[in-house]
Amino acid sequence: MKGPVFTGLILLVLVGLSLSIGVASVTSGDLSVSLLMWVSRVPRTCAALLAGAGLALAGVVVQQAVQNRFVEPGLTGTSEAAMLGLLGITLLAPGAAVGWKMTVAACAAMVGTGGFLWLARHVPRSDPMLLPLVGLIYAGILGAALMWVAWMTDLMQYVGIWRLGEFSGIVQGRYELLWIIAGLGILLYVLADRFTLLGLGEDQARSLGLDYGQTRTLGLVMVAAITAVVVVTVGAFPFVGLVVPNIVSRWRGDNLRANLPLIAAGGAGLVLAADILGRLIVFPYEIPAATIFAVFGSAVFLWLLFAAPERRRG
Amino acid sequence: MAEIAIPTRRLPVLPLLAGVLLVGVVLFLGWNLSGPVAYILHLRVVKLAALVLVGAAIGMATVLFQTLTGSRLLTPGIVGFDALFVFLQTLLVVALGGLGYTTLPPMAKFLTETGILIAAALMLFGLLLKNGARDMTRMILAGVILGVLLRGLAELGQRTLDPSAFAVVQQAVFASFTSIPKDQLAIAAAVLAIAAGLAVRLASRMDVAALGEQTARSLGLNYRRTALQALALVAAMTAVSTALVGPITFLGLLAASLAHQVAGTHRHAVVLPAAGLIGAAILVYGQFVFERLLAMQSSLALLVEFAGGLLFLALVLRRQR
Repeated sequence: MKGPVFTGLILLVLVGLSLSIGVASVTSGDLSVSLLMWVSRVPRTCAALLAGAGLALAGVVVQQAVQNRFVEPGLTGTSEAAMLGLLGITLLAPGAAVGWKMTVAACAAMVGTGGFLWLARHVPRSDPMLLPLVGLIYAGILGAALMWVAWMTDLMQYVGIWRLGEFSGIVQGRYELLWIIAGLGILLYVLADRFTLLGLGEDQARSLGLDYGQTRTLGLVMVAAITAVVVVTVGAFPFVGLVVPNIVSRWRGDNLRANLPLIAAGGAGLVLAADILGRLIVFPYEIPAATIFAVFGSAVFLWLLFAAPERRRG
Repeated sequence: MAEIAIPTRRLPVLPLLAGVLLVGVVLFLGWNLSGPVAYILHLRVVKLAALVLVGAAIGMATVLFQTLTGSRLLTPGIVGFDALFVFLQTLLVVALGGLGYTTLPPMAKFLTETGILIAAALMLFGLLLKNGARDMTRMILAGVILGVLLRGLAELGQRTLDPSAFAVVQQAVFASFTSIPKDQLAIAAAVLAIAAGLAVRLASRMDVAALGEQTARSLGLNYRRTALQALALVAAMTAVSTALVGPITFLGLLAASLAHQVAGTHRHAVVLPAAGLIGAAILVYGQFVFERLLAMQSSLALLVEFAGGLLFLALVLRRQR
């Protein structure tokens, strides 16, 4: 049980750091400490933890659904589709409630991910590197369409905010949607066995008694919902869903149910760490956590590509 | 170009493409020409020259690159070259400061940039080719992710800049055909013309190299030397055109694929010039339609990315059947 305890300790240290770092001092200053904590620091920390956990879990689900370790919601067009949906609702009904915006974004994300799953069926499994490449280009096309619409309607700045996840705008009352992720995470834990079977492929999963189509659709809905919530509240976050599950399965093996809490904790910890780093590098200004994570995540991805070729057929 | 032997009973591809490009050139120069004719013509000729040069260079470089790597899916831009350009620009601004960067003599800046880009491109492509010969898809993916990494680093560097220096970087890294200095254009034209000539001279050896390293060697080709020469040409052509206008990732893919489609032969003596002509034509017609007919300046690059991305997916899916 050393691993989980260790992970928990690191997470605690990160939370402590996140709560104490900021322009306003915790120990002295004009602001009341409890106000500062409950309005700004605690919501920000919670948002980073929830978004990180959700994205890491979404990554696992996508990887099980297409049986490829090198994909994640950022490489399947899910984030871009969610942004397209968000842009659409912003243009058609600018005053819509945030719940509606999220619903539309989630539906669009579902359609986008569905498109990727369709592509995935037509890409042969013989070469595991081909699928993430196709996903990248697919996401790039959706991204170009997004930029085109944004450019035509003068909404480039809006889109720029969604494209780069960051937590500086998070205060009490602006992140609570993210708690949906906690619910989805528990649901995923309950259904972990089904998703383990999903990862065996359609034929094997069916012969073991799994309703393949239903489980796959459920996974699709969960991934779309998580991605949409994260995009609506904090913006897109690439590579979290790719890096964390891969590291955890290298470290602990492939027992999905046992790994899920670790994956959630790992995602939460890494995103929070990226946020803390982003707050410190150019203090008192900030660098978006997603920028920090893109550097870290792509470096880890390169390492995964070359370090252990024997596992690449995962 | 007339003396190139063309298989019988086929349309003469090269003259046809040259004609298409010529129509585009005339349209680009002559459309709605009124007012101070000489002045407007002058501006249009400079812009046109940039479009033709960059399109031709990227098209030809991509064909060479695809032959070297043995994959029709690749372009120098896709394996991280564009990101390398953005990264280097950011590095320069971070090192010199916004003011230092803008007050550099433009000519010196252009030459240094081109030099650094050529060196960096040789390193990047050499590394990828050496490691990737066995596993092409992994090499592409590694190149793409390397691009993401470089872009991330560039972004990180840009975030630490003050707003005016940030604006300088933004200007430098977006593909733009407006306000290109004439003396840089002249140098670029000279370099690209020499490179294009060398590429056409290399054509017959590239035909042999396309058979794969083993076969090419057994046919008596000095493969290493040919590959190195071709690589140097690719690096020079992409570096010069990128330093001139900025990155256009998918243009090369469009031009090379179309060239292979219409050429009807694998001979580089036809495919190379065809790709050059098509690349130039795409940019000239694209710019004409967007700037003159639709009055939308900066969206050509976006459209090329969109169409190129679709083509890439189609190529991947078709290859499996």
